[in-house]
Amino acid sequence: MKVKQKPMMLPYILMALMLTLSFTACIDNEKEEHADAADISVSKEMIAELASPPNVPTPIGRRKAKKLIVKMEILEQEGTMTDGTTYNYWTFGGSVPGSFIRTRVGDEVEFTLSNHPDNKLPHNIDLHAVTGPGGGATSSFVAPGHEKKFNFKTLNPGLYVYHCATAPVGMHIANGMYGLILVEPAGGLPVVDKEYYVMQGDFYTKGENGDPGLQAFDMQKAVDEDADYVVFNGKVGALTGDNAITANVGETVRLYVGNGGPNLVSSFHVIGEIFDKVMVEGGDLINKNVQTTLVPAGGAAIVEFRVDVPGTFILVDHSIFRAFNKGALGMLKVKGEENKKIYSGVVQEGIYHPEGGAIQTMPDDENAKVAVASSEKSLAEKMESGKNIYMKTCFACHQAEGQGIPNAFPPLAKSDYLNADVNRAIEIVLKGKAGEITVNGKKYNSVMTRQSISNDEIADVMTYVYNSWGNNKTNVTKRQVDAVKNGH
Amino acid sequence: MRTILRLATRILFISYLSTTYCQSKMVPIKGGTYTPLYGRDSLQVTISDFEIDVYPVTNSEYLEFVKKYPKWQRSQVKKIFADGNYLREWTSDTQLGKLKSLNAPITNISWFAASDYCECQGKRLATIDEWEYVAMANKTMPDARTLEDYNKYILSWYEKPKTFNNPIGSTFKNYWGVYDLHGLVWEWTLDFNSVLVSGESRKDVDNDSNLFCGSAAIGATDLMNYAAFMRYATRGSLKAKYAMKNLGFRCVKDIIK
Repeated sequence: MKVKQKPMMLPYILMALMLTLSFTACIDNEKEEHADAADISVSKEMIAELASPPNVPTPIGRRKAKKLIVKMEILEQEGTMTDGTTYNYWTFGGSVPGSFIRTRVGDEVEFTLSNHPDNKLPHNIDLHAVTGPGGGATSSFVAPGHEKKFNFKTLNPGLYVYHCATAPVGMHIANGMYGLILVEPAGGLPVVDKEYYVMQGDFYTKGENGDPGLQAFDMQKAVDEDADYVVFNGKVGALTGDNAITANVGETVRLYVGNGGPNLVSSFHVIGEIFDKVMVEGGDLINKNVQTTLVPAGGAAIVEFRVDVPGTFILVDHSIFRAFNKGALGMLKVKGEENKKIYSGVVQEGIYHPEGGAIQTMPDDENAKVAVASSEKSLAEKMESGKNIYMKTCFACHQAEGQGIPNAFPPLAKSDYLNADVNRAIEIVLKGKAGEITVNGKKYNSVMTRQSISNDEIADVMTYVYNSWGNNKTNVTKRQVDAVKNGH
Repeated sequence: MRTILRLATRILFISYLSTTYCQSKMVPIKGGTYTPLYGRDSLQVTISDFEIDVYPVTNSEYLEFVKKYPKWQRSQVKKIFADGNYLREWTSDTQLGKLKSLNAPITNISWFAASDYCECQGKRLATIDEWEYVAMANKTMPDARTLEDYNKYILSWYEKPKTFNNPIGSTFKNYWGVYDLHGLVWEWTLDFNSVLVSGESRKDVDNDSNLFCGSAAIGATDLMNYAAFMRYATRGSLKAKYAMKNLGFRCVKDIIK
C-alpha cells in the first residue's frame, strides 16, 4: 500500500533559517529550538518498545534521534468494566488506555496502524504530538483488515494524548480509543526510581453503574455528559488491590497522567502526597508543591513526588464522587520504614458528638432496590452480590483481601473477633462501632460508621466476608439481620 | 396502499416466473423522493422503481459463481481487482473456510467482484441513495429514521462482534420485505465512494454543514446521525479492491416498464 506523503515545507524553511543563523551563538530563541528539532538528523532504525498500562517503556536516556518504527493494532473486544459488568472496548493495542509510546525530540516515527479483520469499523489515529493536518488522522484512516503507514518527526518535547478521530469521534473515544505518547527532550527526562502510566476516562452505559452483564454504550448519556463510570486505566479497580502500583520509601515516583475524556476534566490528586514537581499540561512549565493538578480531556500532566513514608496512597479524581462512586480510584502502595517525624499515625482517637448525633448516616432507604431478596439466593449468588457490595462499601478500610490497615482498621481475614460472634458483627454493620477492640491479638481504637445498606445487602456482604479469607463460613440470612435490627 | 400491495404481488409473481431457478429472490421497491441524511447536497433525491434482493448474497451462491467464473477464484483473481483479503478464509479456490456456513452472507469480496457478480445475473449493485432508501424502513414504516428504536438497533449492531457468520434472514424483515440491511454485514454500493469522507471527520464537519444543520434538535436526530455516520465512514474508508470480513453485498435490478 502506498502512503501519500504531503510535501513538508516547514522543515525546509526552518532549515534555511537555521543556516542563516548558524554563526550566532545563542540558541535560546524558541524558533531556533524548533528549527533545531526539525533539523536533528536520525542515525539508525529502531523498533519502538510499546507498553501497556500501568507500565511505560524504558527511558530514552542518552540515545540519539532515530527512525522509530511504531506498529499499533486496533482491536474491538469485550472486557471487564467492573466485577460482573463487561463492555465492548475499542482499543489501540488491546488495552485502555492504548499502548504507551516513548520517543525523543527529533525521532522520525514511521507509524503503522493496523485494523484487525474482525473489527467492524474503520478507525484512524490523531496524535497530538504530530505537527501536520489532523495529527495523522487523515493519513491513517483505515478499514478493517487493512493497515496504513505514515511518518512524522517529533518536534516538541512533552506528554501528548493520541486518540481515534473517526466519525462519530465522541463514540470512538468513549469506547476507549486513547493513549499517551511521550516526546522526551534530548538527553531524556531526569532519572527517577519508578514511572507509571495512568489515564482517566469516562464511560457511558445503558445500565447504571454496577448493573451486571454486557453493557452497551449509551449515546444520549454521553451527549448529556452523564457518566456511569469514571475510571483510571479503563476499568474499575485497574489500579487497586493486586493491581496497585508500588514504590519503596525514599524513591521518587513519576506518573504520566493522561485524560482521554471524552467529556470530563480530571482534578488529579494523590491522597497523602504533595506533588514535588508537576510538568503542567505535560509541557515545559514546571510547578512545584502542588496538591491537585487539572488534567484536561485530551490533555496530560507529568507529576513527580518522593515517597517518604510507607502506606497506601490513593489516586483520585478529586471531583470526589467520581472517585468513590464511579471508580476513579487507584492505589500506590509504598513499603519501607516508618518515619514518625513525618507522619505519626493515630496518636489518640475518640468520638466527638457536638449534638449527640450519629455520624455519616443516611436516612433509611425504604425504596432500596431489592432485585432478589437475599433469602432466595444461593450461596454462590450471595457471594457474588456480597463481593460487589464489599468492593463498594467496605473495601476502602478493610481492603481487598480483608487484611485491613495496620493500626487503623482491623482485618476481616481470619478474624477471631469476627468469627466469635455473628450477631455482634451484624450489629456493628447496622449501628457502627467505636472504641477499643482486640482483633487477632492487636488493639484497634477506631470508628466504624453505621452503614446505610439494606438488610438484604448486609446479609449478602457478611456472607461474603464469612466465606472468604479463612473465616468460618457462616451463611448470614436476612432474618438474622432483621432480628438483630429489631432486637435492640 | 392495497393497490400497491396488489401491484407488488403481481410484479413479484412475474419476476418469479421470469427469473431462472438459481437467481435469488427479489422484491419490488416503489420509488419515491426523500432527503438522504448525508449526501452531495441537501437536495432531495428521487428514486425510480427497482427490485432488490431480499437477502445478501450467500457463501453458497458465491461459491457457485466462482465455479462458473474461474477468473474470480482466489488464485486467479487480478490483484488490482481484489486485495489480499479476498476470500481469505476459504481453504481452496472452490472450498469455503471450515467455520463458514453456506447460508451466511459472502464477505471478503471486493467491489469489482460484487459488481461483476450482479452483472452476471443481469443485475447491478444498488446506489447509495437506493440502498439508504430501502434501509431507512423498519418493520412497519418506509422511513423510520427518526425513531429512537430504529437507530438504537443499528447502533447496537455496531457493538456485536462476528455477526458476519450469522445466517441470512436472521435479522428483521423490513417494510419492503427485505432482510438484513442492518445487523448482519456492511454492503457494497455502486457509488460507495461518491460521498467524500476524508477520514478526518472533524474537517468534514466544517466542510459539510448539511451534516449538522438539523442537529440543533438533540435526541433522535443525534442518534440518527450517529447511526448513519458510521455507515458513511465505513464506505469512506473503502477502496474498490478492498475485501473485508464484515462487508458483503446484494444486487438490484431496474424495473423496465
